[in-house]
Amino acid sequence: MRKLKLVMVGNGMAGVRTLEELRKIAPDMYDITVFGAEPHPNYNRILLSPVLAGEMTIQDIILNDLQWYADNGITLHLGARVTEIDRRNRSVIATDRKGGTITVDYDRLLMATGSTPFMPPFPGRDLPGVISYRDIKDTDEMIAAAATFPHAVVIGAGLLGLEAANGLALRGMKVTVVHNSEWIMERQLDRTAGKMLQAELEKKGMRFRMNAQTAELVAGASGRVAAVKFKDGDAIPADLVCVAAGIRPNVELAEKAGIHCNRGIVVNDTLQTYDPRIYAVGECANHRGTAYGLVAPLFEQAKVCANHLAEMGISRYQGSVTSTKLKVTGIDVFSAGDFSGSDGAEDIVLHDPGLGIYKRIVLKDDKLVGAVLYGDTKDGAWYFQLLKDEQDISDIRDHLVFGNAHLGDVGHKGGNVAAGMPDSAEICGCNGVCKGTIVKAIQEHGLFSLEDVRRHTKASSSCGSCTGLVEQILASTVGGAYQPADSNNRAVCGCTELSHGEVRRAIREHKLLSVAEAQRHLGWRTPNGCATCRPALNYYCLSTWPHEATDDPQSRFINERAHANIQKDGTYSVVPRMWGGLTTPGELRAIADAAEKYKIPTVKVTGGQRIDLLGARKEDLPGIWSDLARAGLVSGHAYGKSLRTVKTCVGAEHCRFGTQRAMELGVKLEKMLYGMWSPHKVKLAVSGCPRNCAESGIKDVGVIGVDSGYEIYIGGNGGIKTEVAQFFAKAKDDDEVMAYSGAFIQLYREEGFYLERTCHYLERVGMEHVRQRVLEDADSRRALYERLLFALQDYTDPWAEICEDPSGGPRKREFEIIKVQEREI
Amino acid sequence: MTRWTRICALTDIPSLGSRVVESTGEGRIAVFRSSADQVFALHDRCPHKAGPLSQGIVHGTTVTCPLHGWKIRFEDGQVVAPDVGCAKPYPVKVEGGDVFLQI
Ligand code: SRM
Ligand SMILES: Cc1cc2nc3c(=O)[nH]c(=O)nc-3n(C[C@H](O)[C@H](O)[C@H](O)COP(=O)(O)OP(=O)(O)OC[C@H]3O[C@@H](n4cnc5c(N)ncnc54)[C@H](O)[C@@H]3O)c2cc1C
Ligand code: SF4
Ligand code: FES
Repeated sequence: MRKLKLVMVGNGMAGVRTLEELRKIAPDMYDITVFGAEPHPNYNRILLSPVLAGEMTIQDIILNDLQWYADNGITLHLGARVTEIDRRNRSVIATDRKGGTITVDYDRLLMATGSTPFMPPFPGRDLPGVISYRDIKDTDEMIAAAATFPHAVVIGAGLLGLEAANGLALRGMKVTVVHNSEWIMERQLDRTAGKMLQAELEKKGMRFRMNAQTAELVAGASGRVAAVKFKDGDAIPADLVCVAAGIRPNVELAEKAGIHCNRGIVVNDTLQTYDPRIYAVGECANHRGTAYGLVAPLFEQAKVCANHLAEMGISRYQGSVTSTKLKVTGIDVFSAGDFSGSDGAEDIVLHDPGLGIYKRIVLKDDKLVGAVLYGDTKDGAWYFQLLKDEQDISDIRDHLVFGNAHLGDVGHKGGNVAAGMPDSAEICGCNGVCKGTIVKAIQEHGLFSLEDVRRHTKASSSCGSCTGLVEQILASTVGGAYQPADSNNRAVCGCTELSHGEVRRAIREHKLLSVAEAQRHLGWRTPNGCATCRPALNYYCLSTWPHEATDDPQSRFINERAHANIQKDGTYSVVPRMWGGLTTPGELRAIADAAEKYKIPTVKVTGGQRIDLLGARKEDLPGIWSDLARAGLVSGHAYGKSLRTVKTCVGAEHCRFGTQRAMELGVKLEKMLYGMWSPHKVKLAVSGCPRNCAESGIKDVGVIGVDSGYEIYIGGNGGIKTEVAQFFAKAKDDDEVMAYSGAFIQLYREEGFYLERTCHYLERVGMEHVRQRVLEDADSRRALYERLLFALQDYTDPWAEICEDPSGGPRKREFEIIKVQEREI
Repeated sequence: MTRWTRICALTDIPSLGSRVVESTGEGRIAVFRSSADQVFALHDRCPHKAGPLSQGIVHGTTVTCPLHGWKIRFEDGQVVAPDVGCAKPYPVKVEGGDVFLQI
């Protein structure tokens, strides 16, 4: 098949990102030609500020070097400006560096021309020494001017103007910032934060002229600009004038070709312009009335655009919420969302002028809609996440303004201390990654997303408890370019665009009964998925279609395949079930015998009230199991995303305080749930009285006996981040406890995302939802409970199943080692 | 000198699974089978911290190590970037439904 021709105009951040996304999903579909007016390969424009400030060099900020284009077979014309699009003949015409003409045909055209700086029409704007701040050339000019001249004037105190002013000041110039409104960064900050920021920048030596109207730029004797004159007649000296008065989408070329433009090239949700062969991404595009000026939305556009260029046609771009951060070292400002004070919005303000801290958050209908932080921006990423997720904050409203720290600790959802940490601070305890390593990887490899950081540094890729911190580091290192994904809609993994919720829904609606069928139906990009998506798909099929879906052992993590826990040295641990923590001399004897017979090096009592045989060889597992099985012992599933243990205390059976028979109920619950697979592990506990010796307060389901019956608590977690279980319901007897907790667990099994513990599930769907489905609606509760019992009926112990298979079937054979003898010939 | 040794039938290795071969000279070798019924053999030691690759999840022609999730390519034993390292590959072939390993 002939390859299609794709031509891209504009070699900037949005365009090249689109090509990167396209190469990922359709590497061979197009012959690609790129025109870039600048003489450089794609670089990270937002890091021009640190370059100007002397903190980085141009070499540091190159994102795709020439080799990248070559490796990907992309024809690159640098220093070549496209001057015309011939839509009838489908070709573009460009002028190269030497004035020559290049004509290239296209099947699809991608416009990524970015923006042009806006130059207000005051006299003198063409003088030497008057520049804008957009590219490497401008930056070089500013650096050169700073080495020769003393006075700089920056017109415009937005993000860009202030970063320019800061850089020039650091390079030794006397800088005056001229601004035409009452406070600086008025589009991002409210008045108070703007004034605080101004005071801080004044301390660094910058001068400000507010409410000032520039009348003209005046030339000196040499012909170079020498002064800025205001409408009130005043003038100040200026050897360099940097105009940062805003940007305008660069639509000249598109307009000339007759493509519909209106403050940007107008595109639909697939990033297509009015000419179906032509797409536009980045600052030049106007989507639903907005032309974005920050890179995070542009990257989202790039992803969607690539999907449509690849003719996959499944994603839409629906606009972005943006946040900003000023990249001036030593100053912390963060702003996101809307804080202009619209109808029905409420403000919460915390202002400590002594400490130089100001925080304002804006609420509307129990949701966070805006945030401005000054002086202490640690919680910026957290607020931004709440805002994007449109999370109901009524429960945490009291503490909201004090930040995430006041809600507990570093948390699963957003850390808050990263910015102030030294480079040597360990961020990821699992993989031993410190802050400096992460920052370095972000800068050297041009990383923008959490996924990228995980891939390159392994930070946050194991237990995930440091995810919040890593997101903070990303946010503070790349500034506004960091766009946290909407947590509920993250793609399952790189093999698909679909989120867990979408996959679950499709498996239910289309009755998909196996991993392979689901992958086929949902258009998986990889032949067999990966180690992340396969276990999730397998669980979703099994839990949605019990007794109908086919279990795929190869899509389970080794622990669930070997029915034992793999150890660091490749041996396994074996944990037999001890119902409710109870055992008998016969069982203990069988365990002792097996430990001796198979030379188990370590025998340990676990934190889950049972005994662990650690260090067993894989080939011995079937033997160990059959010995244990003879004494009536079954698998404890200490390895599975499944029911783990039901911890009990001695309860009313023995204890002088006991009000209820805890051991008896614990055993019943464990027998009821035996063999249950779940999104993540599930742990229960039953205590006989509120002294709570079984620690019911930190279990997925915790039951506490009281005089009149039981109290049920749900969503507790004693692991990475301790989470106290929430009171759920009162139950009058054992049967009610089983029905209520069974129904809740089934709801979690049906709605939970893979690897989401009950506490995270509860946080996502809300306690109200669970109460509604399990407590208020008795029919729904009954149906859930019945579905749970149906799914668990006829479960056979996996140990017995494997070792008693008389045919020595394939599952048993897998445990055997094939021995070969090499012979010298 | 090396030679081809029959180790098992192709059907003794689960599709997208593996078997472990223990040889006197080379130690443990993992033999994998892809969903397209190709077979591959690698030294059963992850270049990271010696995890048993045979126990990992197989996808495409790659295995994800069970211990810390490094990905190792079957064709050349190279670790998928950004991690680096290499597990020794061995020649392996299927003939008449039997798997032969060259060691
Ligand atoms: C054996 C045991 C430690 C012990 O010797 O006591 C243990 C051992 C492991 N735990 Fe645990 N946990 C053990 C009780 C606990 C407890 C205490 C409890 O259950 O009462 C907790 C906190 C309670 C909780 O989960 O809410 C606990 C919280 C964790 C976590 C964090 C879970 C979380 O959601 O935050 C992990 C990591 C994970 O699952 O992703 C984990 C993971 C692990 C794994 C499975 C790590 C792994 O994937 O290989 C460990 C296997 C070690 C091995 O080589 O066999 N283990 N683990 C305990 C087995 C109990 C049992 O009889 O089944
Ligand atoms: C100093 C500075 C600091 C910034 N800081 C941040 C920040 O902290 N956070 C943030 O999110 N954003 C920041 N931005 C904005 C961010 O850089 C832009 O949003 C982003 O680069 C836009 O990408 P783009 O691909 O749309 O446009 P560009 O990156 O501008 O790429 C467009 C390219 O097209 C070329 N071009 C135009 N017309 C033609 C033609 N006819 N033929 C050939 N080539 C053409 C241009 O030369 C240019 O190279 C900053 C910008 C600057 C200048
Ligand atoms: S047993 Fe649990 S706490 Fe101990 S090292 Fe392993 S995972 Fe960590
Ligand atoms: S030992 Fe294989 S990833 Fe660590």
